[in-house]
Amino acid sequence: MSASDFEIVAGDDARKDPVRVVLVQEDERPVVDLHEDPMVMTVPHLMVREVITIIAASLFLVLVSILFDAPLEELADPQRTPNPAKAPWYFLGLQELLHYYPPLISGVILPGVVIGALVVVPYFEINLKREPLWTHGRERKLLSIAVATVLVSIFFYVSAPHPVWPIIGPTLFCGGLMMLPGIVGTESRLMDWFARRSLAFWIFTWFLITAVILTVIGVYFRGPGWEFTLPWRDGVY
Amino acid sequence: MGTHAGSDQTPARPLWLRLVDQVLASRVGRSILRHGYPNTNRNRSLAVFSNFFLHIHPVKVRTEAMRFSRTFYLGGLSALTFALLIGTGVLLMFYYHPSVPRAYQDMKDLEFVVSAGLFLRNLHRWSAHAMVALVFLHMIRVFYAGAYRPPREFNWVIGVFLLIFTILLSYTGYLLPWDQLAYWGVTVGTNMARSVPLLGDEISFLMLGGHQVDANTLVRFYVLHCVVLPLVLVLGVMVHIWRVRKDGGIYIPPEERRAAHRACRVEGESGREEA
Ligand code: HEM
Repeated sequence: MSASDFEIVAGDDARKDPVRVVLVQEDERPVVDLHEDPMVMTVPHLMVREVITIIAASLFLVLVSILFDAPLEELADPQRTPNPAKAPWYFLGLQELLHYYPPLISGVILPGVVIGALVVVPYFEINLKREPLWTHGRERKLLSIAVATVLVSIFFYVSAPHPVWPIIGPTLFCGGLMMLPGIVGTESRLMDWFARRSLAFWIFTWFLITAVILTVIGVYFRGPGWEFTLPWRDGVY
Repeated sequence: MGTHAGSDQTPARPLWLRLVDQVLASRVGRSILRHGYPNTNRNRSLAVFSNFFLHIHPVKVRTEAMRFSRTFYLGGLSALTFALLIGTGVLLMFYYHPSVPRAYQDMKDLEFVVSAGLFLRNLHRWSAHAMVALVFLHMIRVFYAGAYRPPREFNWVIGVFLLIFTILLSYTGYLLPWDQLAYWGVTVGTNMARSVPLLGDEISFLMLGGHQVDANTLVRFYVLHCVVLPLVLVLGVMVHIWRVRKDGGIYIPPEERRAAHRACRVEGESGREEA
């Protein structure tokens, strides 16, 4: 490392102030692993971006708050249950599951499993090398994915009084996409991309699609008695 | 000595900048900020590490980490909405009594009596929804970036707890207006707690301060919403953002780092030739 790698600037107040020496490295940082990354000064480059983001996002929220009023209904009345009584939107996926399963499953076990799964994600399937699913053992993997997809689908078909289509659908969809590159090969760009996704990717995507579908149904497609409604015909409850 | 120091300084500084210089150079100014206007790399470095609020950042950041399309600034936006919520929340607390039916009357007062009261309530409400959504989206972006992998595992775990606390904050706040929406939304949710095996009734009683949602519940939710949960979340967010730095900054996949480096090399070499 030669002297020209550094920029040494002394403050004009160096005599009066406690001396501060700042070494600004041009190209390298002491951390061996990082020494190749192009860098810029936090002030002003990052700070300008942060300030602009803060102003833009705040303005947006101010605008929304001027244009739209927060809902306020009548005074709470424990004697008069509204129909339907809906929880806030981020719980409506779970409330929609209440339609299929008793509260012990939809309100306690399932959310518990989801939170547990999220916590162990980085420990459970580390996959440091980000191995694609199809590097080896094509037949065996095809078979196990097919079996897993079918078993999960059957489970959600029979475990509730009516088939849980919002879960079965995404299961078949994700299982199908997972197997596709194993069946048709990876010549096309898209298939190659699918083939390179990890197992964790597919499980998370499956969970995400399911959660979004359940929530959208709960928010827009459920009316009095939790009956199915169409929002464009009956409005949103 | 510095090869770049001279080029950073613009020769003719406008009047207002010279005024800023003077203020920063004055005794009081120096006692507050301890550095001059950040137009030299020395002052820019000092601006970051001699400032409590900026020192969550390193002095230099990777160009790649700053790209909008990498993080969509979702973590930062979550933090921003949280800050807005604390600000508007404190103002709302000046007008709010956690008692039945006064809580509901306070909502009506905010709407019709307090200056800009409706706006205040709207901003708090919409920021709350935005925060829940942003935290979810932030988690999704972190997952698809693969940024939960070592050494960032534990920061992901902290994140999961931040998500839970964000939802709890939103949920406890939902009850406070004490209208039909609030009352029954919370009743639906707390009914689920009753189905926890063995301890269901005890948990429900602990949450509600009784056998159903009533004035006791309002006080409990109020204390949780205005004191306990915000304190926990402020602490958690501080640890989380500190960890982002300690874990080596925003995750950039190795192949993208190599590409960025190559691009930079080429640029740097041609630049040196010109000089
Ligand atoms: C109150 C909620 C949260 C706040 C204020 C917050 C804030 C932040 C900020 C400012 C960053 C820097 C990069 C970025 O903006 O993406 C970050 C990164 C990160 N966050 Fe969060 N976060 C929150 C919730 C979460 C959640 C729910 C998770 C995951 C379950 C999570 C996991 C992570 C991880 C692993 C990183 C490092 C990402 C990387 O290195 O690329 N955070 N967070």
